[in-house]
Amino acid sequence: MPKTYPELLREARTEVREVAPAEADALRHRGGIALIDVREASEWDQGYIPGATNVSRSYLEQQIEGAVPDRDTPVVLYCAGGVRSLFAGQALRAMGYTDVASMSGGFQAWKSQGLEWTQPAYLSDQQKQRYSRHLLIPEVGSEGQARLLDSKVLLIGAGGLGSPAALYLAAAGVGTIGIVDFDVVDLSNLQRQVIHTSDRVGEKKTDSARRTLTALNPDVTVVAHEEMLVADNVERLIAGYEVILDGTDTFETRYILNDAAVAAGIPVVHASVFRFEGQLTTFVPYEGPCYRCLYPTPPPPELAPGCSVAGVLGVVPGIMGLLQANEVLKLLLGIGDSLAGRLLLFDALATEFTELRLRRDPACPVCSDEARAAREAGTPLPVAAASDGVFTLGAAR
Amino acid sequence: MSTVKFPAVLRANVGGAREVEVTGSTIGEVLDGLVGTYPALREQLFTEDGELNRFINVYVNGQDVRYLDGRATAVAETDEVRLLPAMAGGAGWGWEDGIVGLAGGVGGSG
Repeated sequence: MPKTYPELLREARTEVREVAPAEADALRHRGGIALIDVREASEWDQGYIPGATNVSRSYLEQQIEGAVPDRDTPVVLYCAGGVRSLFAGQALRAMGYTDVASMSGGFQAWKSQGLEWTQPAYLSDQQKQRYSRHLLIPEVGSEGQARLLDSKVLLIGAGGLGSPAALYLAAAGVGTIGIVDFDVVDLSNLQRQVIHTSDRVGEKKTDSARRTLTALNPDVTVVAHEEMLVADNVERLIAGYEVILDGTDTFETRYILNDAAVAAGIPVVHASVFRFEGQLTTFVPYEGPCYRCLYPTPPPPELAPGCSVAGVLGVVPGIMGLLQANEVLKLLLGIGDSLAGRLLLFDALATEFTELRLRRDPACPVCSDEARAAREAGTPLPVAAASDGVFTLGAAR
Repeated sequence: MSTVKFPAVLRANVGGAREVEVTGSTIGEVLDGLVGTYPALREQLFTEDGELNRFINVYVNGQDVRYLDGRATAVAETDEVRLLPAMAGGAGWGWEDGIVGLAGGVGGSG
């Protein structure tokens, strides 16, 4: 027998429990529930309840299992006025969700009672289209995308590692990309430094990188630091950046960068490559080890093995550079597990990844509790530092 | 026999081998065995006092032996030992195609 709308609504009310906004707020703060906003995306954009997930009524049956995989999770649904969420509740019950409630009065009642709500970060229509594949991922979404657009990443070098990393970071919408590089594009770079092109041989790498990155994504501001990273400028160069992507340096610059980044609290994503092999780790100050925890001193120059032209298969820095970019994006978005405390080795010949465990040295002269306190008191502990290429024990900067 | 794996940067010291089988029930014995076969490794591995150099790390099944029992760390037949020296990541070693030596700064990219 056909039913009228009031009859359907009455029926829904008997099947789905209703909670008042204040009760929904209490549940939200207590945690352990899934708060689902069943309005359309255009309504969500006008404001929503913090912690809610948007699964619009029209896609509810298709998407709810992705958003709430466990059918015993208590679900609180809301819409604008409390009707659509009731019908949505019926659908969830039919799908086997055991504890489903609908918030009476919906988001309008929520707002009128002065409860907390928020607006998604503003993205232009063009940005919504450009980053649509990010916006579809719950872990990124418009909030995460806005965070990326607002973030600042420093690349040490626009070379084999920096090139692929910069391309993907720019494509991802990282708003500010600083590049420290004083070199010019050489023909021999092009086998792996894919940010540069044949017609730019002889051009400054920072200029070449800026042209490629801004052509790829005009949302990105490229800041060129056309200088060598040295002890005297490191603090100025890294200031204001949230993550540093370190690809290329000598022992001297490696330690200079490490010490300054730890002091400034900036994570450094490090990778290096050699022929068919690469290695990768993320140094997160005070959370994992720093470079000095691993190697308090470098080898003397005569024991530093290798040669000045070792060669590398072009894809190896490509792979490692993209793994670095992945680490950077996770750090910026605050998602996943970083490689802090882990060293990832890649062997391209065997196609093999190996993970080694790295530990903080409780006696580290740079990142131990004692070292941190001493530095903050203005009397940093002595560390091995280089002078004319020779490392001796001296005062930390 | 445990397997010792070498990164490419150390292979020149061991006749180009990617890995070698070494006998020994502790890390100390394994490393001594290695140095016996490949004397070029001695300076890389040990100080004049026979301590492990601080610029090289030794891992057994992914764990740094410094945080296990050092040279006394037990090594079983099926264990995998890795030696990993400090690497400049750039020019000093020819990692990437850096352009400056140990005394130089960076900014020239790999």
